[in-house]
Amino acid sequence: MTSSFPEEVLEHVFSFITSHKDRNVVSLVCKSWYEIERWCRRRVFIGNCYAVSPEIMIRRFPEVRAVELKGKPHFADFNLVPEGWGGYFYPWIVEMAKAYPLLEEIKLKRMVVSDEGLEMIGRSFRCFKVLILSSCEGFSTDGLAAIAANCRNLRELDLRESEVEDLSGHWLSHFPDACTSLESLNMSCLSSEVSLSALQRLVARSPKLKTLRLNRAVPLEKLSTLLLRAPQLVEMGTGAYSADIHSDVYSSLAAAFSKCKELKSLSGFWDVDPYYLPVFYSVCSRLTFLNLSYATIQSPDVSKIISQCPNLQRLWVLDYIEDSGLNTLSLSCKDLRELRVFPSDPFIADANVSLTEQGLVAVSEGCPKLQSVLYFCRQMSNSALITIANNRPNLTCFRLCILEPRAPDYLTFEPLDTGFGAIVDQCKGLQRLSLSGLLTDRVFEYIGKHAKKLEMLSIAFAGDSDLGLHHVLSGCDSLRKLEIRDCPFGDKALLANVSKLETMRSLWMSSCAVSLGACKLLSRKMPRLNVEVIDEQGDLDSRPDNCAVEKLYIYRTVAGPRLDTPSFIQTMGQNTAYRLP
Amino acid sequence: MTSFDETELRLGLPGDGGNKTIEGGATAVHNSGKRGYDETIMDLKLKLSSHDQETKIDHDQKKHSSANPPAKAQVVGWPPVRSYRKNMLSVQKKSTLHNEEGNDSSPSFGTKGNGGGGAAFVKVSMDGAPYLRKVDLRMYKSYQDLSDALGNMFSSFTIGNCGSQGLKDFMNESKLMDLLNNSDYVPTYEDKDGDWMLVGDVPWE
Repeated sequence: MTSSFPEEVLEHVFSFITSHKDRNVVSLVCKSWYEIERWCRRRVFIGNCYAVSPEIMIRRFPEVRAVELKGKPHFADFNLVPEGWGGYFYPWIVEMAKAYPLLEEIKLKRMVVSDEGLEMIGRSFRCFKVLILSSCEGFSTDGLAAIAANCRNLRELDLRESEVEDLSGHWLSHFPDACTSLESLNMSCLSSEVSLSALQRLVARSPKLKTLRLNRAVPLEKLSTLLLRAPQLVEMGTGAYSADIHSDVYSSLAAAFSKCKELKSLSGFWDVDPYYLPVFYSVCSRLTFLNLSYATIQSPDVSKIISQCPNLQRLWVLDYIEDSGLNTLSLSCKDLRELRVFPSDPFIADANVSLTEQGLVAVSEGCPKLQSVLYFCRQMSNSALITIANNRPNLTCFRLCILEPRAPDYLTFEPLDTGFGAIVDQCKGLQRLSLSGLLTDRVFEYIGKHAKKLEMLSIAFAGDSDLGLHHVLSGCDSLRKLEIRDCPFGDKALLANVSKLETMRSLWMSSCAVSLGACKLLSRKMPRLNVEVIDEQGDLDSRPDNCAVEKLYIYRTVAGPRLDTPSFIQTMGQNTAYRLP
Repeated sequence: MTSFDETELRLGLPGDGGNKTIEGGATAVHNSGKRGYDETIMDLKLKLSSHDQETKIDHDQKKHSSANPPAKAQVVGWPPVRSYRKNMLSVQKKSTLHNEEGNDSSPSFGTKGNGGGGAAFVKVSMDGAPYLRKVDLRMYKSYQDLSDALGNMFSSFTIGNCGSQGLKDFMNESKLMDLLNNSDYVPTYEDKDGDWMLVGDVPWE
């Protein structure tokens, strides 16, 4: 079938379609659209690096300029995924270096990146502009030096929350004097000191610098000189936020902040000394994002800041904010979209702060645009959850972590089924949900019935039987990622919903009740799934089929079983003749 | 990574003798000692300095060794807070303590790894309670402070998690505080040599 439009016209039309989902849909219309689309696709997103191979990606999309890859499962953030699991960047960079000389952007999340891989980036792409390494590991500051030295037109270097082997701060000095293109630098996860004069010179010669997130080693005394050289900054992360008390540090900081008319986002605040907080009050009225999640300041200081931020859209804060601070938030920040409250002391179950479910209820009442919640607390009730659900049917992301596993409604001692049920019932657009507290199969019945837009679900210490899992797998039409730990879910639900698994990106189950035999059976029934059993005790071959597996990671793939599994991971069905060619 | 020597404080409820019936709902699973789910001692990675002295404080008059339920270890990966964040908070707390002790006025950031001196975390378990707590001994100035704090800690916990009304009454805060403060009970602890010591014999510092 020939297209009625010339290719160039279609290409031009497609250039306005940028979302990955839309481009995927476009490519399915007909063969000629598939062909045209694949030649003009510039940005590729691969949510599971093992779902496809570099060769397949390159074969289909020959002219890519930006690649985004994700590696390890989300639960790797909480040490549930053993070291050596995988997610290696190297096989990708080797192929991309050959196939994409004009590559400009690489964004990686939870992948293992080596210095060699970073050096290859520096060598292979003369137009390279953007490197974002989110929660990655495996590289050192030597690799960063290679990037700084070789990427002449580097626009963005963002190391958010990566684990970097910090050999020295010298890497920063590798940015050549001729490099003036930097727009974004996030080095907040590094611990060693960089040369402050090199940093100052870099900032001074980067007129387009919009984002600068410093690390803890940059002293507060030096912050004002940096700010004075970059008054155009939009996003700024401080270093350590305390100093020996000198009045000129205070006044020069206040003066520097007052010149930052574009500043909308603040973070950092390690080792915070409340004495220095007022220096940035002059920018509060413009702030849309405030990350105080490392700031160990008490509720009155937090409230003082928040009450001056009427345009705040996103707040990340420690539970030191307490209910009183959240009340202030609900009164002052009517534009709030996202709230994250982190625990200051996660490992003590007693309440070291006065933060309860009431704080969240208050914010749900006062902030009509609230869409996204991450909330750690020590007590919750069904009535609070129901109130929150009724107040905020526009929630799209609701992650609640009651610190004590299986904690019931603290007022009635009942499970929290009805509370979460109200959330999924009222919040019809809910895309992400994390459950906690005492929960029976009933909550999963509600979720399967109502959570039709839910894409990601995290479950821990919940449920009574396979029925719970069955409700989710059979009812949640939009489910892409499911991660489960310590739940009594076993073979029945899994084997009754095998085809569902191919419609999802991945399923993680650890410390549940799935048997080895079921894993083998699943793998035989569904050849396009990789069913990976993680078992650190070894000798899976000699185990009976009815023994429960420790951890299980199932994902759809067109690349077959991966070849880099460590000894403690076995892909089921690898040796059988049942796989499709 | 520094190894982490933990001290263990055990609070026995008077007259309970390791009562295992304080359960509510699914928490029964944990008290039974038969765990269906895999739980391992959490790898704290907090890089806290090791605490040499091992003390065991037992508020019950009787010695509980085998009669106590096994100390409930914390669970891997729970609560779901990233190591990066946990480390950042603990490092800052150490720096703060460092300063308060009148040491070098500028915190020792900028160096790889974390400075020495730090919180003295101690695990506290109460008979019948499904989970351990952690207490930073440096937060308290005297045995009385610690005893008060432990009382508050466990009373609020038990109210939150009791399953049955009768037990709830028994376990209410004021009663618990009375019991703990009751002069019939003399707080004792077991030191690293295995000797039982009266609280107060050794000065708090």
